[in-house]
Amino acid sequence: MVAFIIRRILGMILVLTAVSFIVYLIFIVIPGGDPADRIAGKVATPANIASIKHKLGLDHNFIIQWFDMVKSLLSGTLVSYYDGTNVVQQIKEGIPVTFSLCVGAGIIWLGFGVLVGTISAVYAGRFTDRTITALALIGISLPVAWLGLILLYLFAEQGLGGGFGTLFPPGGYVPLTQDPIQWAYHLILPWFTLAVLFIGFYGRVLRSNILDTINEDFVRTAKAKGLSSRQILVKHTLRASLIPIVTLFGLDFAAVLGGGAIITETVYQIHGVGWYAAQAIGTQDLPPLMGVTLYGATFIVVFSTLVDVAYAYLDPRIRLT
Amino acid sequence: MATTGTGQEEFTLDTASELAAEEGGARIEGRSPWLLAWRRLRRNYVALFFLGVFILIVLACSLAGLYVSHVSHLGENDTNPSGTVLINGKPVHVISQGSTTIVNGQPKIIFGGVPIGPQWGAAGGKYILGADVLGRDVATRVLYGGANSLFVGGVAAIICTVLSVFLALLAGYFGGAADWIISRVFDLIWAFPVVLLGIALGTALSVNGFHHFGINLSGSSLWIPTAVIAFVFIPYIGRPLRGQILALRQREFVEAATAQGAGSLRIMFSELLPNIASSVLVLFTLIIASTILTEAGLSFLGAGVQPPNPSWGTMIADGEHQLANAPWISFWAGLMLALTVLSINVFGDGLRDALDPRAKVRIEH
Repeated sequence: MVAFIIRRILGMILVLTAVSFIVYLIFIVIPGGDPADRIAGKVATPANIASIKHKLGLDHNFIIQWFDMVKSLLSGTLVSYYDGTNVVQQIKEGIPVTFSLCVGAGIIWLGFGVLVGTISAVYAGRFTDRTITALALIGISLPVAWLGLILLYLFAEQGLGGGFGTLFPPGGYVPLTQDPIQWAYHLILPWFTLAVLFIGFYGRVLRSNILDTINEDFVRTAKAKGLSSRQILVKHTLRASLIPIVTLFGLDFAAVLGGGAIITETVYQIHGVGWYAAQAIGTQDLPPLMGVTLYGATFIVVFSTLVDVAYAYLDPRIRLT
Repeated sequence: MATTGTGQEEFTLDTASELAAEEGGARIEGRSPWLLAWRRLRRNYVALFFLGVFILIVLACSLAGLYVSHVSHLGENDTNPSGTVLINGKPVHVISQGSTTIVNGQPKIIFGGVPIGPQWGAAGGKYILGADVLGRDVATRVLYGGANSLFVGGVAAIICTVLSVFLALLAGYFGGAADWIISRVFDLIWAFPVVLLGIALGTALSVNGFHHFGINLSGSSLWIPTAVIAFVFIPYIGRPLRGQILALRQREFVEAATAQGAGSLRIMFSELLPNIASSVLVLFTLIIASTILTEAGLSFLGAGVQPPNPSWGTMIADGEHQLANAPWISFWAGLMLALTVLSINVFGDGLRDALDPRAKVRIEH
């Protein structure tokens, strides 16, 4: 176990090094034209550009530039090209906001996903199952931005005749430490907007897992032993069917924390990490995107290692290699 | 088994078909797995209905030009911020001019800047689904935007699938170093959140366009979001396929082909590829739903299709700040998008059931 964990951590460091190099390629090599030209403006003298280049370290060769980029991210000195604000600082400010959004949404989608998937499998083939299957298909087909705007229009905006008035605030964020009730009140719509896709997806996956597990030998044994169908469902079938869901949840949750909630944050004006990245798109401000991309990838890499360890712990058939 | 000299009819391999011929004249035919799948799919009316919906949407969007020339007479980028349009014979400003009028002794304020809403037939085919803040025809833009969204999503899915199949074949067939390198590439792309990697690439490429390896693309080219989306989804198809090929590689038929003197290329493309074809088809329907949704997400955020080009994603963004006054700007584009993705998902489900009821292929979002 210890050897496995050490090996995974070493692998993780390697992947993160490679990830940082890809980020460097995307943001410093691909744009071709040099950021110094853009910062200096239209009427720049060559000396002016050279001094900006020197300041940003763009006159070095690529290994040193890559090294500088990683160093500036790790030491927290990377600044925006656009307004000179500190990127690492901004990401740090966004993290509690993004966490609030994702933890709530994660609980909702896991809870509803398991509920919906179980009901659907128990009533497989019947009307309840068909209705849930249809709703789940619709859920995974809805564009997040559109769903967010529709919910805002129906429940938050004072539309021209349409909607149900202003049941919820039209976006924004109140810190948990400031007012827990307002915090939850502001986040209800975003939580559901983010969760809908995953509820549909998890419901479908769990349904098919349960239907597969029902035919396994250990379920037959449990039945032969005389257990009630409720006991079999909860203690045997569901428990085995949930293992893949744990893996999925770990990875999806990491992706959402790592900036995957960007559209929800934009629609609801929640100033988290994703929102920060979205703001940088319009101004083509690459350092914030660079920081957020690396931040997101770190989350995914770390979480996928954790998921592997959890998986091995949950399923004794898996060997750690 | 055959006995001789007893007068009993000799049993030969032809007997079964001869019997069938005697009974009803029908020949017993070998049925390919594809034919069996089609017979299962043919009975799945829901899946076929949604395939029809999808084909209708594609047709409607590809005929956007006809809609402009025969119905709306307004192009996808024709703005009309200060003009008027005849509604039931009366001129009405396309974008409302702010004013105060007295109605029954009460002052009534009309807000400025609000585009006219859906006119259905009242304006002679113009603004059937309303106007946006620049006075552009929403219906025209929904069709042209759909054409762009479907192009980006569809072509991205095709490029992604072709590349993934090729990489998976190389990795699975050759194994060793090739497999190690390709698997690490998959791992690396996989390590990024899809939307963020898409945004990162989309934004970086739209700064100056792409001018490497003899390819010149301007920052607003549709090929940029197409290539970006194709790239980010590669491991989502490549990984499951590589696993399948690794397993198939050990099977006897590959050994038999090798013994017959088949080269690497022939084994990869005429022995292994047909065996993964049904998985590829199912993964393709799953990935095209994802690429279309991703295009909308990236365009909504400004990192996909660049304005003024319409796409369903940019149209949802166009209406974002006019939600209370002019919800139709975002609504129709989003509805078409949801309907398209839903029809692909339902048909894809049906296709998967038909091809292999036991298959477990899926894509994480």
